[in-house]
Amino acid sequence: MTGSILFLLIIVLGGISWFFGRVKASRFSITHTKRGAVHSLPNYHGWYVALWAVGPALLFLVVWNFASPALITDAALASPAAEQLPQDAFAKGSILAEARSIASGQQVRAFNPLSQSMVEPYKTAISYYQTLGAIAAILLAFAGGVYSWLRLKPELRARTKIERITMMALLLASLIATITTVGIFASLIFESARFFSMVSPIDFLFGTEWNPKAVAGPRGETGFGAIPLFWGTVFIGAIIAMIVAIPLGLMSAIYLTQYAAPRFRAWMKPILEVLAGVPTVVYGYFAALTVAPALRDFAVSIGISGASSESALAAGVVMGIMIIPFVSSMADDSIAAVPSAMRDGSLAMGATKSETIKKVLIPAALPGVVGGVLLAVSRAIGETMIVVMAAGLAANMTANPFSSVTTVTTQIVQLLTGDQEFDSPKTLAAFALGLVLFIVTLLLNLIALRVVKKYREAYE
Amino acid sequence: MMELIDSTSSSESPTMTESSVPAISAGDGPLKMTTRNVDVFYGDKQAINDVSIDVTMDNVTAFIGPSGCGKSTFLRCLNRMNDTIPIAKVTGEITLEGEDIYAPKMDVVQLRARVGMVFQKPNPFPKSIYDNIAYGPRIHGLASTKEDLDNIVETSLQRAGLWREVQDRLQDSGTALSGGQQQRLCIARAIAVDPEVILMDEPCSALDPIATAKIEELIHELRGKYAIVIVTHNMQQAARVSQRTAFFHLGTLVEYGVTSDIFTNPTQEKTRDYITGRYG
Repeated sequence: MTGSILFLLIIVLGGISWFFGRVKASRFSITHTKRGAVHSLPNYHGWYVALWAVGPALLFLVVWNFASPALITDAALASPAAEQLPQDAFAKGSILAEARSIASGQQVRAFNPLSQSMVEPYKTAISYYQTLGAIAAILLAFAGGVYSWLRLKPELRARTKIERITMMALLLASLIATITTVGIFASLIFESARFFSMVSPIDFLFGTEWNPKAVAGPRGETGFGAIPLFWGTVFIGAIIAMIVAIPLGLMSAIYLTQYAAPRFRAWMKPILEVLAGVPTVVYGYFAALTVAPALRDFAVSIGISGASSESALAAGVVMGIMIIPFVSSMADDSIAAVPSAMRDGSLAMGATKSETIKKVLIPAALPGVVGGVLLAVSRAIGETMIVVMAAGLAANMTANPFSSVTTVTTQIVQLLTGDQEFDSPKTLAAFALGLVLFIVTLLLNLIALRVVKKYREAYE
Repeated sequence: MMELIDSTSSSESPTMTESSVPAISAGDGPLKMTTRNVDVFYGDKQAINDVSIDVTMDNVTAFIGPSGCGKSTFLRCLNRMNDTIPIAKVTGEITLEGEDIYAPKMDVVQLRARVGMVFQKPNPFPKSIYDNIAYGPRIHGLASTKEDLDNIVETSLQRAGLWREVQDRLQDSGTALSGGQQQRLCIARAIAVDPEVILMDEPCSALDPIATAKIEELIHELRGKYAIVIVTHNMQQAARVSQRTAFFHLGTLVEYGVTSDIFTNPTQEKTRDYITGRYG
């Protein structure tokens, strides 16, 4: 019996339980006519029984899924065929792994003849434990359904119990996202720790030479100075992109909130938001194929040396354009949150619209705008596709926007594509870079959210 | 201000037309603002129907009436604050010192400097007390030196009766003051640009009785220096602070006259019903 059929069967059992629970509960109102004598509506009783049938059975299946491989291996090792296996743990493990994947149909033929002999014991064990698990799950579903059905009474607080289960389900959903973040962080830390055992953190964080291909050898590593990468990231994401995005985003927000006719705004805002939905790889094409060559030709024509076809400026400008809707919508929100009494007060003093915007609205909205800009920066420095396609790979420390620089994300992609050895500092450096990026964006987001929150409180 | 008074008495508008409600003149005091046959529409809905009122210099004029009667809407016509509402449309004639304020050549920004406004909820800017007062003088270029500006700030705060309370903390935020102080700050802010008329839109509705009493006292003191128009839903307040009262109902002006007459001997039955609390 395959897993999906089993799953469906349990769900069907749940449906049946729901029906029986409902039927039983709907009789209560006939025998107990006094107001309040029946605590919950029949529907809640139905759900109560159904959850008792489905919940424990599914929980059991999850646990079984993790526990059964070990049991299966034990059973296979207990078979007569296992006696010919070598004693060496490593060789034994690889034979067993091969046998298991043949038995479960992931592999067709064995390289090691010993594995072939283990396939049959494995198949037997797998089908035995699968059947066992399926039977246990179905029995559990039955037991849960019957037990809870017997418990149904007029005064049973099924409604309260369903409420609690709903709350738990929602809590679980929110925990999964949080725990995933923690898991990502933990894996980054783990791999980074291995990297830092080979390369000193000080050389990594403050070194100025980045050349991971030219690694000398164990313990003599050089070329892992990440400063040029950090500089490139900041130069593109926090400087050039923001020089483009902040004024354009802010001004478009001001126009849309203060000047635009409602009909124009109704058209313009969705169009601006479409910009945010364009896949970044499309921006990457645009940067690499249109903007970068145009900028290089321009730089050459005005005689700037070192102009390259992959330039910080091209990547930064396109990234800035990508960020505009983000800045604009944050600024829009914070300007709209300034009480209109403030604006009216200024207008009634005889200030013009632009004086009002300059002297009252923007100062009042500033914290919100700053928060939005910080969020935009944290997005920009984590952005990958545009810089991979348009910024280049040369780790230059230069303030010339027409020359090529590289960023943290670009180098991570570079280090993790192609052949990898997961114990070389070259590959592990990607995790260390990822860790730095993660910490920086996390901090930026925390600060930004705090600034925005404080600002919100000021007007409530 | 004295020369203005001379020029106003003969500024009766020649374009004035006869209407169903005769133009009501409030009697004594030089004319400051006149309105003739004013209609206000929000989209298709008519909010003000054919209102004609004269505002005189020496009197405090109160607009009273039940909620939604259009008194605030009409007040906002007097400094064209209704311009900020895109669907609002004002017809008829409103003059300040004989000039049509809705004429194309009228500069709204200048008009609002001459006709100041105080709002229902105190709305100081999130700036220091000093900068709140200096806001208007700065944008209109009223002070050429720092001393001039300091003087304007001090005089305005003194006139608004706030100077003694805040003179040691002019750099504190205006929003940190109490509600009543904030409202007096807003009045001081309006005074700072030396307006001719001050419009007050239910200035005490967000304040406690003690702060209200202070504002009313202030209105008494300001009377004569500025033409004051106050909208209030509090009839006792209208009786206490005003010399002229206009009663609005459903967008029309029911009765306009000397406050004591309106409250003791109204000519219209609707006014009497409202004053005696039969509805509203």
